[in-house]
Amino acid sequence: MKALILQFLASLADSFRDLVPIIAVIAFFQLIVLGQPIPNLLDMLWGMFLVLIGLTLFVQGLKLGLFPIGESLAWDFAAKGSLIWLLIFAFALGFGTTVAEPALIAVANEAANVAAVGGWISDDPAAREDYADGLRITVALSVGAAIVIGVLRILKGFPIQNLIIIGYIGVVVMTFFAPPEIIGIAYDSGGVTTSTITVPLVAALGVGLASSIEGRNPMIDGFGLIAFASLTPMIFVMGYGALL
Amino acid sequence: MIDKMLSLWNTLLVTIWDILPIITILVVSQVVLIRRPIANLPRVLLGFFFVLIGLTFFIEGLERALFPLGKLMAEQLTAPAFLGLDGTETSVNWMEFGWIYLFAATIGFATTIAEPSLIAVAMKASEVSGGSIQPWGLRIAVAIGVAIGIALGAFRIITGTPLPYYIITGYVFVLIQTWYAPRMIVALAYDSGGVTTSTVTVPLVAALGLGLSTHIPGRNPMLDGFGLIAFASLFPMMTVMGYAQLSEWAARRAARAAQPASS
Repeated sequence: MKALILQFLASLADSFRDLVPIIAVIAFFQLIVLGQPIPNLLDMLWGMFLVLIGLTLFVQGLKLGLFPIGESLAWDFAAKGSLIWLLIFAFALGFGTTVAEPALIAVANEAANVAAVGGWISDDPAAREDYADGLRITVALSVGAAIVIGVLRILKGFPIQNLIIIGYIGVVVMTFFAPPEIIGIAYDSGGVTTSTITVPLVAALGVGLASSIEGRNPMIDGFGLIAFASLTPMIFVMGYGALL
Repeated sequence: MIDKMLSLWNTLLVTIWDILPIITILVVSQVVLIRRPIANLPRVLLGFFFVLIGLTFFIEGLERALFPLGKLMAEQLTAPAFLGLDGTETSVNWMEFGWIYLFAATIGFATTIAEPSLIAVAMKASEVSGGSIQPWGLRIAVAIGVAIGIALGAFRIITGTPLPYYIITGYVFVLIQTWYAPRMIVALAYDSGGVTTSTVTVPLVAALGLGLSTHIPGRNPMLDGFGLIAFASLFPMMTVMGYAQLSEWAARRAARAAQPASS
């Protein structure tokens, strides 16, 4: 019990250190550059307290829950030797975690606004919602496909750069065909689709798979799933904009 | 006090809703496909409980404290009064925006250090590499990449130059660098592009892009406000590979320096 409390305190100190830069930047610009006091100081302190406790608990939860489950699933699938179920799981993980992602919903709504202003869809809420929903599902499908490709790459041991080059070519080609208005949103969509819970799970899954297969190096082969998951949305958002 | 608790409770419900799809997929695969009990089930459940409560507190705290102030700050720093614009300019000199570049770079660096998904990947990478990749080294390399990315992205919005030119040039750089970088780092470097822009970074950076593109003459927030996140996911790939190249070079130099003494 005492060890647990000590560990928690050490973890709390780590979290505090992680938050120091952001506090320093905001304080510097607010107090010195803009020359204004910090508004609602009490509310700020309460918020910082929540952030600190939250980050500490999250990191503990990673070690106890998310990492072990990601790795044990990888080992179990490898032991079962059922490729098709592994791929279905990979797809579901990519699709399921992306389709409801709040950041993606925001991006899809922005894109629908651009489309309405650009005049490719009629400017009424129903048409916009259709466009946004279609886009969201397209992106989620693309992330599902990305995780499947990434898992296959780990199993086969392909060098990651070959697949990334293909992805980059895809992005460049689509940039020529997509309406210019959509390009900014499409490029941004790559970064926003991978959420805070998906990342640790997917990282643990990749590393677990690479460790459980003879001849794979977890460092060289285990990482890279997130890279695919942030590349395909760019291609598909532009493709969606080009086709509709 | 009551409104604080109520707001925390609402955030908890939203967080549960957000992680529900993942939990469902995990439970279904475990129960239907794997059909094997999870080792240390109580520990794992405790871990998930920590993740849920931790994320709830984290997001609630950000929305209470950092986001309102950070967004307000981005608005004030890009307001015409602060930028010294009076609305009559048709073009601006990009060199007159020193505070904007400094804000872009420092907020990019600081939010990346606090980003939970990057903490997770750094922990994993350190574990897998047997400690040869230091979590702090990796996180600082990524944060420097984001700082450069956001500052350059702000420069792009101010000058109004086309986004694809920058990104495609960046891709060419990444591919050339891949050729020279140690093989061990390549996949991790590619991943670090995607993990950096998440819970903490996106809202603040989006506010900066929106503010800049609204107030710089000739820019349209709808078209020019985007692209900062794309920059923030591009440059960490280069800085992480650069970090590995530097460490390798330093190790080789140390080995060479040690050689005459030993022979």
